[in-house]
Amino acid sequence: MCPKVIKFSYHKVFGSLFILSCLLLNGCVKPPKENTIVISGPFEAINLDPATTGYIFQRLEVLQTLVNVSQTGELTSGLATHWKSVDQGKNWQIQLKDKVLFHNGKTMTASDVKQALQIAMRKPGPLKLAQIKTITIKDDLTLNIELTKAYLPFPSILTNYSTAVLAPESYAQNGEVNQLLATGPYKITEFTPPHRINTQLFEQYWAGQPAIKEVEYITGHRSESRAMMVKTRQADIVYNLDPASLNSLNQASQVKVNLTEIPRTIMLKLNLAEPALADLNVRQAINLAIDRTGITQGILKAPNSEANQIFGPVLSQWHIPQQAAIEQNLATARQLLQQAGWHLNKQGIREKQQQPLKLNLITYANRPELIVIATAIQDQLSQIGIKLAVNMENSSAIPSGHADGSLQMALIARNFGTIGDPLGLILAEFSSLDGGDWGPMNWYNPQVSALLNQLPQQTNPEQYRQTAQQIAKLVMADLPLIPIAYYQQSSAVNQAVEGFSFDPFERNFNISKMSVVNHAH
Amino acid sequence: MLIKILFNRLLQAISMAVAVGSLTFFLVRSLPGDIAYKVAAGRYGDDGVSTEAANAVRAELGLDQPIFEQYLNWLGNLFQFDLGNSLVSGLPVIDEIQHQLGYTALLAVCAVILASFIAIPLGLLAAKKPKKVIDQTSLYTSSFIRAQPVFSLGLILTIVFAIELNWFPVAGFGSTEFLILPVLTLAISLAAVSNRIVRDSAIKVLNSQYYQFAKIKGLKEPKLFLRHGLKNMAIPIIAFTGMQFIGVIEGVIMIESLFAWPGIGHALSHAVFARDIPMLQGTALMMGILFVFINTLTDACCALLDPRGEKVKQGENA
Repeated sequence: MCPKVIKFSYHKVFGSLFILSCLLLNGCVKPPKENTIVISGPFEAINLDPATTGYIFQRLEVLQTLVNVSQTGELTSGLATHWKSVDQGKNWQIQLKDKVLFHNGKTMTASDVKQALQIAMRKPGPLKLAQIKTITIKDDLTLNIELTKAYLPFPSILTNYSTAVLAPESYAQNGEVNQLLATGPYKITEFTPPHRINTQLFEQYWAGQPAIKEVEYITGHRSESRAMMVKTRQADIVYNLDPASLNSLNQASQVKVNLTEIPRTIMLKLNLAEPALADLNVRQAINLAIDRTGITQGILKAPNSEANQIFGPVLSQWHIPQQAAIEQNLATARQLLQQAGWHLNKQGIREKQQQPLKLNLITYANRPELIVIATAIQDQLSQIGIKLAVNMENSSAIPSGHADGSLQMALIARNFGTIGDPLGLILAEFSSLDGGDWGPMNWYNPQVSALLNQLPQQTNPEQYRQTAQQIAKLVMADLPLIPIAYYQQSSAVNQAVEGFSFDPFERNFNISKMSVVNHAH
Repeated sequence: MLIKILFNRLLQAISMAVAVGSLTFFLVRSLPGDIAYKVAAGRYGDDGVSTEAANAVRAELGLDQPIFEQYLNWLGNLFQFDLGNSLVSGLPVIDEIQHQLGYTALLAVCAVILASFIAIPLGLLAAKKPKKVIDQTSLYTSSFIRAQPVFSLGLILTIVFAIELNWFPVAGFGSTEFLILPVLTLAISLAAVSNRIVRDSAIKVLNSQYYQFAKIKGLKEPKLFLRHGLKNMAIPIIAFTGMQFIGVIEGVIMIESLFAWPGIGHALSHAVFARDIPMLQGTALMMGILFVFINTLTDACCALLDPRGEKVKQGENA
């Protein structure tokens, strides 16, 4: 039936083609270049604007800010050598580093910094917290910044990527960023949004010459893909890995896996305007019903990351080391609900005045572990008679639900490290009934508010720490937020890379401190 | 006649562009949630999205203007061939689509070609002896592959060819070696169906009376197959390949995600989450035009291979 020509040729032709392809394709993968590293993470660089994508460019050491944060959380010198306030935080003098060059070879001046800050002020970002009134140039390397009112955490705001200093030639007339001419040791050579950034060593960099000459950042959407990239040496550094990939990478000989505690806390945000949640007994019951050990070991695969307070150990000023762990105690939780007048009905759900204790919890998809934790909490709360409906949303549902009051409960992963000193964020979110988009909701404690307002004027470090910890204790006593776990950022690094350290404040990949010892296969 | 088909299709493409763009606009605007917040989340990320950022976005993009006014603005720009700028990145939509749809089209074209190279010989081999070993093996293998999500097929190929053999890179783009694994994954998945279409089509032709008659008449195999078999079995295969091509462009998101390929599927999903209306409208519009083009190409190929339908129509018109 079938023609001979088919019978013959396909076996032979395809057999030969397969063998030929195997021979040709063997070794198709290019060997890594000397002094070049490839980094892969889940985040997409959507454009060149520091306000939106600055967090990636800052990590790649393209952008620099006036003030830096050390890995232990202290403010250190960045493009500014000194900063001081002569009147307890209303007027600030910023002294700039001399002989700093932009990527176009021009020298950075106070005028350039003024322009960069003025443009940053027009865009969303923490700089608005400081309420800058005027910026004046004293001389080529000195700026005077006047704020509307005294604000001592101002220098920590200047650590945020959105305040990075760019050359005036970077901006279009309307303030949009056309090209990224910054001051870091690496400059952009190719930008393919949203998936790839190539950088090269800036040879006129003001602070010496790092060993790594070229860097490539690739957006790897899936954790599995990133894990395989580092395993096959296609990438040197990958981060944000899921627990399953970590298990596999732990067994790979050429890869080192790191878990770094970062100032991000997974917690429940509660709307205290909800009648049930306004009752401290109910909040305490929820707090005691949660099995943190099960969540950290079973879901996050990060033992010892159970949170017993809102501020994690990385935030050393705010963290209370002697605070006891919160153990799951269903009996006490049930008792608390009973005391609050919530009794079990026939369906096993608590009710009060014929109103069942039903709550909605929202969480978001970008952090895949959150939905799993949310369902675990749903199950744990059901054991004390609280019926929780879990809804998966976009992260914007949290601030949106906060603004219109529709949010009842939310499971969030709150980052307290977006600016060097979290005081700015805490002050904005914990000192009024309005709370914060990612902070408390309809909660006010006059004692906390008073202490918080004292803190910006506190110049004695020990007094500062004591007051901060007193605030942390008061917050935990009221439970406007319920801590679940401290975030551990996972990363995997090729053994050939030396000098790697993961910045807990997620500001820097520390590429300029790295070297590659032997990049051959 | 072909010119008439092309002219009709051009009119279809224009009306489709306006219809798809309008529908996308009103459907996205009818989705629940405040667009300003969604766009702010797309722009500033989870840590940066706030009411302040949403208000800034609303003011900047004029999202508080009446919906109909926004729609008329878009329509006016469309007639000037301006698809606008992405609400998230601020970059021209046409540039983003050109970049991302270009990569998806490259992936789809290569996958469909490779799938044809796999499916046609396999289908013909299976058709040679229906229900025998090769045919049954092909049936079970095809069913097994199709039962797999394309994502797990991609993972298996990555483990074998990238991790164990280290022949190809795991993920990325920019040179040919990055193309091979995603193309192979898609092609195997497509060929799992199309080889059965080839097989069915071949059996139908080989068993047909005209084929048998030509054989009895004394035509030898190569000429018999090329003259009476190939053309007849090609028509359903081309029609199916056209449909598969459209399906690939629409459904390539998992492959793009796994292999970090910068295609339109992934961009489209992000645009939906971020309610990036110009990006969604532009993409839907360009994809619609592309589908009309592929359908036109498929119809033209079928008309060239089998002009009988057109001749009948001409006869009716005469």
